[in-house]
Amino acid sequence: MTHIPVVQNILNANDIIAEVNRNKLESAHVFGLNIMASPGAGKTSLIEHTIRGLSGVRVGIINGDTAGYDGDALRAQNAGATAVHINTGGNCHLEAHMIQDALVYLDLPALDLVIIENVGNLVCPAGWKLGTHHNVLVASIPEGADKPYKYPSMYHGVDVLVINKIDLLPYIPFDMDYFKKGVMALNPKVTVFEVSCQTGQGLDAWYDWVRGKIYR
Amino acid sequence: MHELPITQTILDIALNHAHGAVITDIRLTIGDLTSFVDDSIQFYWDIISEGTGAVGAKLHFKRIPARAKCEACGREYTIKEEGLLCPHCGSHRVAITAGKEFFVDSIEIQEQTP
Ligand SMILES: Nc1nc2c(ncn2[C@@H]2O[C@H](COP(=O)(O)OP(=O)(O)OP(=O)(O)O)[C@@H](O)[C@H]2O)c(=O)[nH]1
Ligand SMILES: [Mg+2]
Ligand SMILES: [Zn+2]
Repeated sequence: MTHIPVVQNILNANDIIAEVNRNKLESAHVFGLNIMASPGAGKTSLIEHTIRGLSGVRVGIINGDTAGYDGDALRAQNAGATAVHINTGGNCHLEAHMIQDALVYLDLPALDLVIIENVGNLVCPAGWKLGTHHNVLVASIPEGADKPYKYPSMYHGVDVLVINKIDLLPYIPFDMDYFKKGVMALNPKVTVFEVSCQTGQGLDAWYDWVRGKIYR
Repeated sequence: MHELPITQTILDIALNHAHGAVITDIRLTIGDLTSFVDDSIQFYWDIISEGTGAVGAKLHFKRIPARAKCEACGREYTIKEEGLLCPHCGSHRVAITAGKEFFVDSIEIQEQTP
């Protein structure tokens, strides 16, 4: 029996392509966000508002879906962005090579911001770098306050947490203290926004944050 | 289902390093903060190693517990279910030091008879 040391990162291929994507964005002075959330949390709603709210900012959107349905890309287009739809063919998350292919369809020098809407899933997307500058998680009130405790790898790996659907707080039991305790324990440095894409409450702070990143 | 392309990558890495020899064992190191499941990798392995030089090779999984270092008091500790906060001083300023590993550590191949 012969022992052969290998020590090769299994996600190496993905990380290398993510780095290529990052360089491509940076050389065009484009800021990139990767938005992750469970299905229906409000990723597309937040993207629509962000496109409209950041007037003067040129936005490109990449929508990942497990099927050929491109309604989210159309919503982004109607809001005024250039949008590319990726059909992952059933895959539960986006990978760097899919973004590499999609970036070809965006005229990066004519953009300031690229937002990627990942596949609705609270587990798998966390492990795959795409090459964006920040990972954003959208949580929503109807999901329940226990989600940080049940999906720790997602909650601990993001830079920004947008708590959406706060207009529903009067109608749905949601223990905000318990939720935030879980978030802080997993991810003490995370930047948090509380918003409603229904009423618009809290969105200005989010726009300001994004704007601050773009005009660095 | 993301374990399928991952298992394919593990097979590619192993075959690359075996240079045509029969592979008997593969040692994998997986951090507890990754979302990769031993059983799923094993499941796909049994299917995709079929007909390759790695068929029947035994997969060994070495799990690395998640650890963090406190920037306030300088102590290092294992991250428990309760979360990341420093268990010694309660600080929020902590950095993850282990648990994100995911690599092929080594393989064993059969001696080739000259
Ligand atoms: N009450 C309320 N409803 C919201 C809010 N934001 C989004 N919704 C609704 O939630 C539903 C899902 O919103 P989407 O933006 O499509 O969610 P998504 O995360 O993009 O969903 P998938 O792409 O299918 O995973 C829609 O019916 C929205 O109108 C909010 O702040 N408050
Ligand atoms: Mg959507
Ligand atoms: Zn400490």
